[in-house]
Amino acid sequence: MRDFTRKDFLNLFLGGGALGLVASTVYPVLRYLLPPEQVEAEPDALKVGAVKDFAVGTSKIVKFGPKPIIVIRDVKGNFHALTATCTHLDCIVQYSKDADLVWCACHGGKYDLSGKNISGPPPRPLTQLDVRVAGGDVTVVKTA
Amino acid sequence: MNELGTALLDWLDERLDIRRGIEWATHKQVPIHRWSVFYYAGGVCLFLFLLQLASGILLLMYYRVGADSSYESVRYISSKVAFGWLIRSIHSWGANIMIFCVFVHMFSVFLMKAFRKPRELTWVTGCVLLGLCMAFGFSGYLLPWNELAYFATNVGTDIIGQVPVAGHWLLKLVRGGNDVTGATLSRFFGLHVAILPALLSLTIGAHLTFVQVQGMAHADESPKTMPFFPNFFLRDVMLWLVVLNAVAVLAVFFPWELGKKAEALASAPAGIKPEWYFLSQYQFLKLLPGKVLFIPGELLGIIALNAAGLFWLLTPFWDAVVPQEKKEAAVRLVGWGGLAALLAMTIWGRFS
Ligand code: FES
Repeated sequence: MRDFTRKDFLNLFLGGGALGLVASTVYPVLRYLLPPEQVEAEPDALKVGAVKDFAVGTSKIVKFGPKPIIVIRDVKGNFHALTATCTHLDCIVQYSKDADLVWCACHGGKYDLSGKNISGPPPRPLTQLDVRVAGGDVTVVKTA
Repeated sequence: MNELGTALLDWLDERLDIRRGIEWATHKQVPIHRWSVFYYAGGVCLFLFLLQLASGILLLMYYRVGADSSYESVRYISSKVAFGWLIRSIHSWGANIMIFCVFVHMFSVFLMKAFRKPRELTWVTGCVLLGLCMAFGFSGYLLPWNELAYFATNVGTDIIGQVPVAGHWLLKLVRGGNDVTGATLSRFFGLHVAILPALLSLTIGAHLTFVQVQGMAHADESPKTMPFFPNFFLRDVMLWLVVLNAVAVLAVFFPWELGKKAEALASAPAGIKPEWYFLSQYQFLKLLPGKVLFIPGELLGIIALNAAGLFWLLTPFWDAVVPQEKKEAAVRLVGWGGLAALLAMTIWGRFS
């Protein structure tokens, strides 16, 4: 084995220093670019309106904590609540009254009213939330 | 040349040796053959880039970035500011025509096999330029903060989030948070008016230097040529004038629409489509089912698209190892096949 010379030492020293310089510049910049986490608590329940605000065969998109959800009153008058962000590529879905199912305009994905992905590209179902109707009010509750 | 001109030239020449440059430009030759018209495509791209730069700077004078001001300021530009509609329309049309010309330039270079040694790096920088142009288009599309752009950006950035391991992290980096919001708008603005122009200018600089150093590739054996300066150059400039007029006519008669303001709590509207130059990828992703075996369809699609892009970028290198007798056929197959697939998917995406 070759001796560890002064030159080797200097190379190691300078190389290590250069690496440290790069790391200590890049790391803060990358961290700077990542925005601080904003914790918006997800509520357990949210009042979304009165029953009379929901005509049969309509839907409404509201914010449930940080995420949008879709509250549907189907053609038979039943309520459903699902997360509104398409599991494919993040578009916001809509309720199609004619087909009585949930539809995504971006790539034509379809879900049934329980959130199950039934056709098109979406890989996963939408998350279902419970809907409670009491005293004329509609409340969406996180499924346990 | 009059005396003043000569004196000025002498003065500059003493300091910067510019006579040598002029000399060299008059000696540079451009081949003449039946495909010569395609030699103008690159110049047209360059001209359109300059036009984008100029119209973009003008738009900057009134544009105010922000979820509450972007849409409003663009509306103000197109409705109140004198000729604002024209500048905005030119910027939008110019961008689309520029990308179209980049495609024409790229495919003609490919089919003329101008990527071969010694021009490998010119081809690679050209591919980088295409990527930068598309990033320009994608980031600029969001800036008016309208409904279509909002969802296009949701979809486009979600694709970045599909990258294994680093995906979530990259997504946050690009969106400036977990969702597409005003923070995303600020980032895209910075990208569109500072980072991309710098990168594009540098890459164009390299690309043009390579072209100058190597000269134009001969597409066939014909020995005929014309001097670059002034013959080719003047034709170039004449064509630029034609292009400028074409952009102006389109901008005047088909002003770019603004659409509805983006709203975070609205469903994606029916009939939503990306810009035409993303239609082929869009259609491809739409065709894939949710799951292919165990792999999510979207992930598979993105891997396939990236692999195709990489294959295209590496053209000069795979071409070099294809056996001589199969070379022509291989290039023809990949070039025409790629073009046909791109066109077919784009048209299908448009009408589906
Ligand atoms: S984003 Fe909903 S189907 Fe693609």
